[in-house]
Amino acid sequence: MAFRLKLVPQDTRIDFFRWQFVTFGISSAMAILSVVVLVIYGLNFGIDFRGGTTIRTESTQPVDVGVYRQALSPLGLGEVAITQVYDPGFRADQHVAQVRISAQEGAESVTPETVAAVEAALKTVDPAVSFPSVESVGPKVSGELIQTAIYAVLASLIAISIYIWLRFEWQFAAGAIVSLLHDVLITMGVFALFQIRFDLTTIAALLTIVGYSINDTVVVFDRLRENLMKFKKRALREVMNLSVNETLSRTVMTSGTTLVALIALLVLGGDVIRGFVFAITFGIVIGTYSSIYVAKNVVLWLGVKRDWSKKDRSDDGSPFSGAEAP
Amino acid sequence: MLQIDRWKRILIIGICLLGLAYAMPNLFYKRVEAHNDAVAAIEKTGVTTPELVEARDGWPGWLPNGLVNLGLDLRGGAHLLGEVQVDQVYKARMDSLWPELRRALADERATIGAVRRVASPEGTLKIEIGTPEQLARAVEIVRGFSEPVTTLTGAGQTSLAIDAQGKALTISLSDAEKSLTDDRTIQQSLEIIRRRVDEVGTREPTIMRQGEDRILIQVPGIGSAAELKALIGTTAKLTFNAVIGTGSDPDARVGIGEIVLPASDREGVFYTIDETPVVTGEELTDAMPSTDQNGMPSVDFRFNPTGARKFGAYTSANVGQPFAIVLDNQVISAPVIRQAITTGSGQISGSMDYEEATRLAVLLRAGALPAELTFLEERTVGPELGQDSIDAGQIAATVGFVAVIVLMVLSYGLLGVFAAVALAVNMGMIFGVLSMIGATLTLPGIAGIVLTIGMAVDANVLVFERIREELRTARGPARAIELGYEKAMSAIIDANITTLIIAAILFVLGSGPVKGFAVTLTIGIVTSVFTALYVTRLMTITWFERARPRQIEV
Repeated sequence: MAFRLKLVPQDTRIDFFRWQFVTFGISSAMAILSVVVLVIYGLNFGIDFRGGTTIRTESTQPVDVGVYRQALSPLGLGEVAITQVYDPGFRADQHVAQVRISAQEGAESVTPETVAAVEAALKTVDPAVSFPSVESVGPKVSGELIQTAIYAVLASLIAISIYIWLRFEWQFAAGAIVSLLHDVLITMGVFALFQIRFDLTTIAALLTIVGYSINDTVVVFDRLRENLMKFKKRALREVMNLSVNETLSRTVMTSGTTLVALIALLVLGGDVIRGFVFAITFGIVIGTYSSIYVAKNVVLWLGVKRDWSKKDRSDDGSPFSGAEAP
Repeated sequence: MLQIDRWKRILIIGICLLGLAYAMPNLFYKRVEAHNDAVAAIEKTGVTTPELVEARDGWPGWLPNGLVNLGLDLRGGAHLLGEVQVDQVYKARMDSLWPELRRALADERATIGAVRRVASPEGTLKIEIGTPEQLARAVEIVRGFSEPVTTLTGAGQTSLAIDAQGKALTISLSDAEKSLTDDRTIQQSLEIIRRRVDEVGTREPTIMRQGEDRILIQVPGIGSAAELKALIGTTAKLTFNAVIGTGSDPDARVGIGEIVLPASDREGVFYTIDETPVVTGEELTDAMPSTDQNGMPSVDFRFNPTGARKFGAYTSANVGQPFAIVLDNQVISAPVIRQAITTGSGQISGSMDYEEATRLAVLLRAGALPAELTFLEERTVGPELGQDSIDAGQIAATVGFVAVIVLMVLSYGLLGVFAAVALAVNMGMIFGVLSMIGATLTLPGIAGIVLTIGMAVDANVLVFERIREELRTARGPARAIELGYEKAMSAIIDANITTLIIAAILFVLGSGPVKGFAVTLTIGIVTSVFTALYVTRLMTITWFERARPRQIEV
């Protein structure tokens, strides 16, 4: 036998429901905790969602956040956040910081004077500083972006539940939605807890997580549907366990390859998209978990139609349908 | 049986080769870009210089020359979202209607009595007449100025909305006319911004309408966004007005139809001028930077015949009086008319440097924006940061790619090698499709590609795992492979359609970088299903036919 890397042993007979109240309890607790964290800490919205300006500074001199702050304080800009940015890809004399200024009172659009004043002030304390990127979003646009983001998340959840409902049964759609909400809430909770910047690309990341998680869930559901037709007499719980075990190797393998690629991007992809990549990476871990431990539990509780019509079976086209194979 | 028709094989290989051929120019990005630029330059100017020819011949013309457009976050450049203040046009329309209306109403003074304009909200025109009983007659006269408006929603609408109460008439633009005017204002603004950006000569600017009254401007490769904004953010509304008085009080009381404007070069000096201009910048035919008699930077301009006639008539009637040259609500100079100017040309001098004079000339040539533009969103990225992002993305993609291949080969042996080849073809095809449709690659788009690297093998994993399972039922390897592909199909389809739904929503609702992500994700899904299902299958079957193994190991 040639060597084969097996992330999962060949035949697993794990009872995924054995600790179902513990796992589902933990999931529920995490989701609720995330809501609490979201309410208490709130999200660290980027300028996309609350307006304002971010200026990226780059200098050959080390960044002293205190000095920067002092230079900017006479300008009376209100809330100013200065953070130093680190990345393994930076050159030794490359020192980067991010200056974020909240939207100025009463200004409907971007104020170039503010940006010019900030740049001039920073130049006085560090003549070597340059500004590789400046982004400003007016409060009018940021309000619309919030709306768009909420629509996007809702639209994706609705579209997916309709698709699952059409392809499977409404119980499956319910299970899928619960697991998606679980993934999205917990990811947002982590963003709130660690105050990671939450902006438009984070929404794109959330939707990607939704896409990946549903992908995983669908593969399990698909096998479940097949097995439900195959083993008409067995208990639903047993058939579910069998389906998850049969697809476990694929679930782990796909998560593995995706994570490997994403971790490469997380470490080497530069600091500009790190928040985005972090959200996706985290979401994929949580999405894999939820497709095993959350989605099908909901389906189990809701019960499912066992009597699949003849028409459905012919779609499958498998010569094994109905056979009690091992 | 385990086989693929010959025509299908040719089709699969053909599609792969086509995709790779379209992707290839991206490997020689600089050279192809120079070639494309040279071809465009030769076509545009008709001039062929040795440098252009050399650049053009750097890439054979018969090869595909489409490139992946790099987004602003990768190439560097400026992104501006401006909102056109369409309301200003309503005001201008009402203000220009007033003199004509006054004349028409004055002709009927005998019946309707004295006419005067009274203060009213911006964009409306309120007129009081001396004889309230004759209001109906006045309405009739005003209605004569109202033109029929044809819209999609219905005919029978006219351009003016007239509200008569007591002795006052309030006139404004009707809703139908407003929406038509808005449309025209945006179109004009787009055209003028395009002309101005073209004058600066940067490559491939994107200037498009967004939503009702917004304009999106993306100019790649521009170093200073401030300069771009000065160029497109300036209304450049030039007018020549009669001066009524000079003073130092910005809140001086003025009559109806008069306005107080500051001097641009002297602090604390304010001019009271007649709001209705004698001539406007629209009647200019040319403008160019020059110097005045003191050697200071100035701008020479020439009027078209109607402008020249109006200006000549006004200056000959007002010798010895000052007139104001007004640019964007600031008086840039207010010279005294020494003699009638009938030549139709003139000079604007004020306190400006050469750079400003050049810019003003560009602005005057391109024409004034019909309304002011305010900026709602502004993003600029320096080219170095963009290059850093490209480099980092390349390294990350390569490392991710190699790691996934190692994982696949270790797990599935020879079939894993097939999957790896398919993955490489997949990468090529993504770039091929991106180049073919001229899509834009953004930084999140690179993340989308890396994500695709990880997820693309999913279809293969599903198939291979299925083959493994089927092998255990011991029906022979050929049957196992066939069943593996067959049975994994429904899971693959379902899984990918759900991801496509997400990508579609991102595409519709996202903008800029997020849209770029949606595009690469979508293309990645389609190409990865193609490569995973057809390309690996073709390789597997071809190998199987050659080797005829009794048993296979997956």
